[in-house]
Amino acid sequence: MTIKQLTIFVENTTGRLGALTRILAENGIDLRAAVIAETNDFGILRCIVRDPEKARAILNQNGFTASVQDVLAVVIPDRAGAFDAVLQPLAAAGVAVKYIYSTVTSDDGEAVIVLKADQQKMAEEILKAEGIALAGEDKLF
Amino acid sequence: MYWNKKIECADRSDMRRLQLTRLREEVAYEYDRVPVYRKKMDEAGVKPEDIQTLEDIQKLPFMTKEDFAENYPTGLFAADQKDIVRIHASSGTTGKPKVAGYTRRDLADWGEAVARGMTMAGQDENSVIHVSYGYGLFTGGLGAHIGGETIGATVIPMSSGNTKKQLTFLTDLKSTMLCCTPSYALTIAEAAQKAGLGPDDIALQAGLFGAEPWTQAMREDIESMLGIEAHDIYGLTEVTGPGVAISCGKGEGMHISEDLFYPEIIDPKTLEVLPDGERGELVLTTLHKQGMPVIRYRTRDICYLTHEKCACGRTTVRMSRIFGRTDDMLIIKGVNVFPSQIETVIGTIDELTLNYKILVGRVRDRDTFELQVELAEGLEIEDIAFVEALREKVSHALREMLGIGCKIRFLSAGTLPRNGGKAVRVEDTRNFND
Repeated sequence: MTIKQLTIFVENTTGRLGALTRILAENGIDLRAAVIAETNDFGILRCIVRDPEKARAILNQNGFTASVQDVLAVVIPDRAGAFDAVLQPLAAAGVAVKYIYSTVTSDDGEAVIVLKADQQKMAEEILKAEGIALAGEDKLF
Repeated sequence: MYWNKKIECADRSDMRRLQLTRLREEVAYEYDRVPVYRKKMDEAGVKPEDIQTLEDIQKLPFMTKEDFAENYPTGLFAADQKDIVRIHASSGTTGKPKVAGYTRRDLADWGEAVARGMTMAGQDENSVIHVSYGYGLFTGGLGAHIGGETIGATVIPMSSGNTKKQLTFLTDLKSTMLCCTPSYALTIAEAAQKAGLGPDDIALQAGLFGAEPWTQAMREDIESMLGIEAHDIYGLTEVTGPGVAISCGKGEGMHISEDLFYPEIIDPKTLEVLPDGERGELVLTTLHKQGMPVIRYRTRDICYLTHEKCACGRTTVRMSRIFGRTDDMLIIKGVNVFPSQIETVIGTIDELTLNYKILVGRVRDRDTFELQVELAEGLEIEDIAFVEALREKVSHALREMLGIGCKIRFLSAGTLPRNGGKAVRVEDTRNFND
């Protein structure tokens, strides 16, 4: 099970991120999770939104380079060691994690981690075998 | 001190007589040997024998940089290949270089022209000439080199780069003249200062600086830090290379070796020849060239001329400094850059659009060079590594094309301001007027 992630290229200039959030606001697009990886002159905003394809189209029309990818939403209990239990089996199998970020914790004491691996299919199978739950979009919204 | 007093201090009437004789020979030779130019003359209805006075030069058709592009690589050569002993080249507008060929006599003339300038700057056979212009296809290095050899000085072919080593040779071999771009002279001067070396520790007396525009403040800095007198040198590959004109330091402007290069100033719009003192486009005709003569070559450089006798005693015509260009060529870090070259490069990279902007600036007397370019629509960017790999690819391709590095900034599609549908391409914030 995978979910869709929206990725946006953002120039590192004053006001650019604000221009982006304004477009999202005006179009009623709710960010469930968001993280920026930044360099000196640009950043990459990764986020989870309800209708990523629609959001992508709106952003493209407004001069943003945006795209949509598949990522895993890993559900873990909110306690020490839970994250480690996700990463250890992946590392043991030689699966590399490309990036990770966390979403807002769900009401029932669970955290959802967004994870992208270099071998997505294999990561999914390993986590399933370990009994780690993967969330669909329904759980996030 | 004069290298060739007979020429440099000639009566104007003697100079004009020599120029007319040489012009007639050069035009007849060009008409005979270069079909492309013969065709131009035929179309203009002018024959070599129509050149009866120096003013008759105005009957002759112009040559332009487009002639070089259309006749790449050797279509403008007049000498047989067996007589060509050297090739140089400079960047062209379409990515094709402008190739120049020299005979032995051409090289001797080039050496003569540079020798006159070095002598103006007080150099002679006892001098040590430190050449930090790049050696290779660029005419800077070998141009200064041949001038130094002509006066019988000791020439050190340093080429550019490795500033620490430059400083070692400069001090240990007691160089008396430094030849390089003004910005590199400043780099060397600053390195000397950092190493605790002042004018008294350095034997340098003079500098021969050219190939890029520079400011008066920069000149003063270089002169005081190195304890030298700075001289300007002007030239271009199509005509020969550096040495077409050199400043004596006594009067304004640069003395043109006008027995070899005949200058005119034209209005770039009406193409009318303008009188002394009026700014316009410099047009040069070689008067004694065999390998690749040029006739009424439009340099695109804006300046003015004066025929007044100089305080140094020379009677040769002087050209002012260059005030600008009539085309879109930029000189960045001493290298000729055309926006069309950048367009050629980004046109080959699918991830980019043709919407770009070139930003040229000046920080601490050195050029900064940045390219902003819009990413293709619908580009899938998931991580930084992708963007960095793309940057590396663009950077490499630009360096291959231009020969210099460039900072690259990517923008989302549609973000560059458009001016009447077209993005404004160049923003040059350098100011050389103070």
